[in-house]
Amino acid sequence: METHQTISQTVHTCYHCGDTVRGERVEHACVPERLCDEEFRLVYGATACRHDGKLFCCSGCKIVYEILEQNNLCTYYTLQQSPGNSPSLIETSRYDFLDDESIKQQLIQFSDGNIAGVTLSLPTIHCSSCIWLLEQLYKMDDGIMQSRVDFLKKQISIRFDRTKTSLKNITLLLTSLGYDPELRLDAIEKKIESETTRALYYKIGVAGFCFGNSMLSSFPEYLGVDANETVLREIFSYLNLLLGIPVFFYCSSDYFKSAYGGLKKKIINIDVPIALGVVMLFGRSAYEIITHTGAGFIDSLCGLLFFLLLGRMFQSKTYDRLNFERNYTSYFPLSVTTKKEGRETTVPISALKRGVRMVIRNNEIVPADAILLRGNASIDYSFVTGESRPVEKVLGEMIYAGGRQAGSIIELEVMKEVSQSYLTQLWNNFNESIKEKGQLSELSNTVAKYFTIVVLTLSAGVGLYWMQYDVTTAVNAFTGILIVACPCALAITIPFTLGTTLRIFGKNDLYLKNTGVIETLSKIDTIVFDKTGTITHAQKASVEFVGPELTADELTAVYSVAKNSIHPLSVMIAESLRREAVVVEEFSEKAGRGVRGIIGGKTVKLGSREFIGGIHQSDTLNETRVYLSINEELKGYFAIANMYREGLDELIGSLKNRYKLSVVSGDNESERPRLQKIFPSDADLRFHQMPNDKFDYVRSLQEKKHRVLMVGDGLNDAGALMQSNVGIAVTEDIAQFSPSCDAIVSGGSFSQLSVFIRFAKTSMVIVIASFVLAFLYNLVGLYFAVQGALSPIMAAILMPASSITIVFFTTVTTQLLAKRRGLLS
Amino acid sequence: MTVIVVLIGCSFVIAVGFLLAFLWSVKSGQYDDKYTPSVRILFDDEKKNNQK
Repeated sequence: METHQTISQTVHTCYHCGDTVRGERVEHACVPERLCDEEFRLVYGATACRHDGKLFCCSGCKIVYEILEQNNLCTYYTLQQSPGNSPSLIETSRYDFLDDESIKQQLIQFSDGNIAGVTLSLPTIHCSSCIWLLEQLYKMDDGIMQSRVDFLKKQISIRFDRTKTSLKNITLLLTSLGYDPELRLDAIEKKIESETTRALYYKIGVAGFCFGNSMLSSFPEYLGVDANETVLREIFSYLNLLLGIPVFFYCSSDYFKSAYGGLKKKIINIDVPIALGVVMLFGRSAYEIITHTGAGFIDSLCGLLFFLLLGRMFQSKTYDRLNFERNYTSYFPLSVTTKKEGRETTVPISALKRGVRMVIRNNEIVPADAILLRGNASIDYSFVTGESRPVEKVLGEMIYAGGRQAGSIIELEVMKEVSQSYLTQLWNNFNESIKEKGQLSELSNTVAKYFTIVVLTLSAGVGLYWMQYDVTTAVNAFTGILIVACPCALAITIPFTLGTTLRIFGKNDLYLKNTGVIETLSKIDTIVFDKTGTITHAQKASVEFVGPELTADELTAVYSVAKNSIHPLSVMIAESLRREAVVVEEFSEKAGRGVRGIIGGKTVKLGSREFIGGIHQSDTLNETRVYLSINEELKGYFAIANMYREGLDELIGSLKNRYKLSVVSGDNESERPRLQKIFPSDADLRFHQMPNDKFDYVRSLQEKKHRVLMVGDGLNDAGALMQSNVGIAVTEDIAQFSPSCDAIVSGGSFSQLSVFIRFAKTSMVIVIASFVLAFLYNLVGLYFAVQGALSPIMAAILMPASSITIVFFTTVTTQLLAKRRGLLS
Repeated sequence: MTVIVVLIGCSFVIAVGFLLAFLWSVKSGQYDDKYTPSVRILFDDEKKNNQK
């Protein structure tokens, strides 16, 4: 019994991609090899294949297996179970544009004679098998010399010989293996980022080195050197000074720059007191060492910078594979098929000129405003407008850029170049009106302002007081206060607390652009939701039949007909009925209208009202309807409604008492009654909202001094997301496109939003608690400093001790509280 | 006591050596990808197994 079960479990999934092999009678499944072809097809469905005793969900997966088998690369399957991606079957001509020199030049990073290097982004990389296979590419293509995968960035860097292979061949090879490269021209700009992180590593390395060695060479001073060994003492002092120089001039440079930049804008940011402290530390130390009056504070200086830079690194955690700055260009394809005198060629979209005839296939995006010349267009604008239903267009009608064709091939004439299109204009409007969102923490800047003022008055006051008695003590007290008050502990509080929070959110599938978002998130008072794709599922929908109940035979007939169509509505209906199909005769599909087929002599029609034979009704319907007729007799209709995300009720329930809630939707009012049930009565529900309206709505809220959190998913929300104080994009698959935003949350974690906001607040409380702790340390230091009695050894103990306490306190408390909230296991 | 000077000198030189090694490792890109190499090292060497 047990063995049988294990077999039936394994044979159900595709050997390559691990998908369930879907057939009508999968429940009767047994060992695939023992079945004859006909039985096999019946059991596993028409698309399934078998090869070598292995089961595949589609021929694509089988082909990949065969390619790997030929090249002796089947280790791929032993490293991980079912590691593959089902390859998308597209014509090879789709990548013809890669032979275009100008495009090649943009994509290829370097070329040296015949050798060229390219970095491609492969969103489907997901396991160690992928790494292994992609680094064996040279076995499949002679021209490839080396390929390296960067797993976290989901990128592959390939060096290849131009004489033996081409970029197009490599792309085709990757596609045939199920790793479709994401060819986007904007993907190239990321290089600068890695340079700045490297610079940070250099600085930390230098600061750490100087910190350790200056401590070592300060020991003799602290432990007391005999008076007769002044030479030794001098050597150590000068060694210290030597170590201080790179720290002062190189490692601290960012703080000086930032402090200067702040002061120029008349803002006292947290870097001002830091820069002041650093200057004092170095200046006084250099003076003491050169004049032989003391040992200086070089070790404190190095330690200070070391901890500060560590904090900076901790804070700068970025999600490499996510892109928060995308605009419409990353949504568009790189190229489009055009037709001239009956011949199809692929051109880059930047080369699209007015009057060109382009060919758009099923699921492709219309890249420019164009007029429909041929075919039945059923354009899905959900990404641009939020309207969930595909829009039917007739010949001669204008189709705006950004729509996705669902159905058969269409031909269009370009009316406006890509840069002139409606979508592009819209985008540019948003961009112009949006100011840079401040990244600097408001809280730490407010604290820094008062802190600096207090410290400066205190040191000046104390200095003046001592002036009456003794100039040396006065100088010592003045500099000592500035040194000890150097807000190292303050400055590392925010990076470590918020950095930890950022990571905790990351584990829960909420990815923040930077730590500044946490602070803004904790202060919001209004939440605006988009509807389609945000609070509803992007792909799932509820399907309900309205009318007299259908018999089992009728349901089977409907399923069999719907199953043959790829129209999203048919797919949804078929999905909801799932049963054993029967043979359909004379199947035909009228794109955008409906499908018909004959089953057992009965004509089954599914589609719009007119298609069924009824009169066209004006579109004030409450939901999308697909009518059904059997033998020309109207049976009723399938009502297809959006499905709300799981946990939406609870989420709204927990938010409604604390926040003002609104919904802005590009859709019609059909969902109003349902939304009213979920949302509180004072919630603002707006429908028919164009991208502009959403943007204006958010701005009007902000003008009323509200701090707005916008939750959206598509390009239609892009303006609102950018304008809002915090914009969160919801996406089913984080590797997929999301509009530019401050944070990306996966659909599954959407219902946790209120927990996230609450935890953001908790983090800010931890920050304040940690500030208090840092002040206590400062007070101790100040006690000595005001007396002009701050000795190097005291500074050397106090400053690292306070930093370490803060690091420990913030990270541990944040994690403990996250555990309590269930955000960490 | 001059021996201390010699010792400190030695330790300093060694430490500088390590610092340079670190800087070189950053420059050569070893810190650009901190995850993939940890997976890559676990792959067995394929060729020998297949030729058996």
